[in-house]
Amino acid sequence: MPLLDIKNLSVEFTTRAGTFRAVDGIDLTVDEGEVVGIVGESGSGKSVTSLAVMGLLGGNGRIIADRMSFAGTDLLTLEPSKRRKITGKDVAMVFQEPMTSLNPCFTVGFQIMETLRVHEGLTGKALRHRAIDLLEQVGIPAPETRLSAFPHQLSGGMNQRVMIAIAIACNPRLLVADEPTTALDVTIQKQILDLLVRLQKERGMALILITHDMGVVAETAQRVAVMYAGQLAETRPVADLFARPRHPYTGALLDALPERALGKRRLPTIPGMVPGIADRPAGCLFSPRCRFATDRCRAERPALLDVDNGRARCFYPLPDGQVAAEGAIQ
Amino acid sequence: MTTDALNPDVLPDFLKDGDDRAVVLEARHLRKYYGVKRGVFKPMATVKALDGVSFQLRAGRTLAVVGESGCGKSTLARSVTMIEPPSSGELHYDGRDVVGRSAADLKELRRTVQMVFQNPYGSLNPRKTVGSILTEPLVINTNLSKDERRERAVAMMGKVGLRADQVDRYPHMFSGGQRQRIAIARALMLSPRVVVADEPVSALDVSIQAQVLNLMMDLQEELNLAYLFISHDLSVVRHIADAIMVMYLGKPVEHGAKDVVFARPRHPYTRILLAATPRVNPALRLERVVPKGELPSPLNPPPGCSFHKRCPYATERCGVEVPALRPVDDRLVACHHAEQMN
Repeated sequence: MPLLDIKNLSVEFTTRAGTFRAVDGIDLTVDEGEVVGIVGESGSGKSVTSLAVMGLLGGNGRIIADRMSFAGTDLLTLEPSKRRKITGKDVAMVFQEPMTSLNPCFTVGFQIMETLRVHEGLTGKALRHRAIDLLEQVGIPAPETRLSAFPHQLSGGMNQRVMIAIAIACNPRLLVADEPTTALDVTIQKQILDLLVRLQKERGMALILITHDMGVVAETAQRVAVMYAGQLAETRPVADLFARPRHPYTGALLDALPERALGKRRLPTIPGMVPGIADRPAGCLFSPRCRFATDRCRAERPALLDVDNGRARCFYPLPDGQVAAEGAIQ
Repeated sequence: MTTDALNPDVLPDFLKDGDDRAVVLEARHLRKYYGVKRGVFKPMATVKALDGVSFQLRAGRTLAVVGESGCGKSTLARSVTMIEPPSSGELHYDGRDVVGRSAADLKELRRTVQMVFQNPYGSLNPRKTVGSILTEPLVINTNLSKDERRERAVAMMGKVGLRADQVDRYPHMFSGGQRQRIAIARALMLSPRVVVADEPVSALDVSIQAQVLNLMMDLQEELNLAYLFISHDLSVVRHIADAIMVMYLGKPVEHGAKDVVFARPRHPYTRILLAATPRVNPALRLERVVPKGELPSPLNPPPGCSFHKRCPYATERCGVEVPALRPVDDRLVACHHAEQMN
């Protein structure tokens, strides 16, 4: 049985302009100790998915799902008080902006100890020792003195380490990291990713890594889910996805990377942009931007179909080596 | 100053690359120091945000400035665009020196260099229409009539791939990529020779990033623009740049033609930056040189080479002696062990 099991999850927001479906029928499973990457552009619904899993959606977000369970516990029907016992303990989260996610009014020591106090009931010396131990594990030098530092006294990378220390404080079985390195420099990004992977391996933790950076996913995840406009476009093991993308969107995204266009003057592009609230196409959501779209694609929504080692939401999966972006044949 | 070892009057031939295009911008030993108050009874501290930067930029070419936050990239952009005068050094546009000019001269000179900022959500006034954003530089700098200004704005919108009927729309009605097109159009309204682009695509999604990079390259070809392209993303730099300057703590550490530097980086910091860039293609991933620690405080940089505390190849000499920027293997490097980097 997978650790996290989500079937047909949708999240709707009620706005003045009407109801907006930010996440539209996502299936996602994460096994114990597995690293799953979720990639997508802004507005693809990847962050809303993670907030739904964490139970952190705001008041106007409505979750509709056939199944959403964590370690056999049904999250859909769980009372809020019991849900809070899981959130932050068995399922923990690392957010994108370490500078704004930590409370500027409290020391980092207080913020780490708060988690331990609430979930583990630790007090006094034991509490302090655990906090120092955690800071050490995430590679913060001189942890005893750093306990009394405020977030503004630490760099972005150090703050993100503190966030990770808080997240792993209660030995979570699942860690959700939402763009954990986007706000950081490349060398610090490398350090943080190495840290996350090391902790994940040491503790046998499952990790959901949400990012827009294809390179980060390719180097870190075992399985990847590509999201587009709130839907799952493709989900495959990492090596298969990057070597032989099956969904034209995945293929085009990879083609558009400067890394893949070495020696070419122009970068291949995906024309147009992600559909918004008002301009959802009738058929496949990617069809207006897809080079291979047919009348069927424009009229009918494709379901997730089995392709080799995974699934893709496309009537005509890409054959091996097919170029999917515009202007890539040069 | 050890960086003075390089006399910019005799810039090494390999940096000129047999290029006969006109030099539009030349910086010599550019320095920018800021005084920082530390307390009532303590003396002022000095931050050397820019410490001896020299380069040449030719028409139609792109020089990429690469480095992490705090390396002086943005200070360089502010000096080059004459937003702030440098503390010392020379800055020449088309052979005319900028430093020490009168305000009227500077106003005239500022037209030759324009800037595109990182965040298209913050750099466009939300209360102005695209039309008035684009015509504002013309109002200030030219005597064109209202109709002429609008005509030019509409023509420029066509050039950057926006529709003429969008001229009366407000920035919030555009996507991030379109906003960056507006920012580029605004920078080009006065027909500058040099465009300083400070992380112009890092706030954009991959598919949009490719569109904007293509646009920038097309415009460069069409208008013979020189770009000073500031970025931390080496895969973007590799695509767009002709030459590259890697900076660390206010100083250039490696400077040379793009192909030369990427083929065989000679400074450990360049190698670390390259190795830290996540790659999709496993074959392109480099041996893992893991960087130690973080950027030191610019208030209190370490003695000797400012990188030595994070450098996996550092020796005793690195902690004592500041490495000079010197020619090695067709590029300038500031490292004592540049010859041993393989």
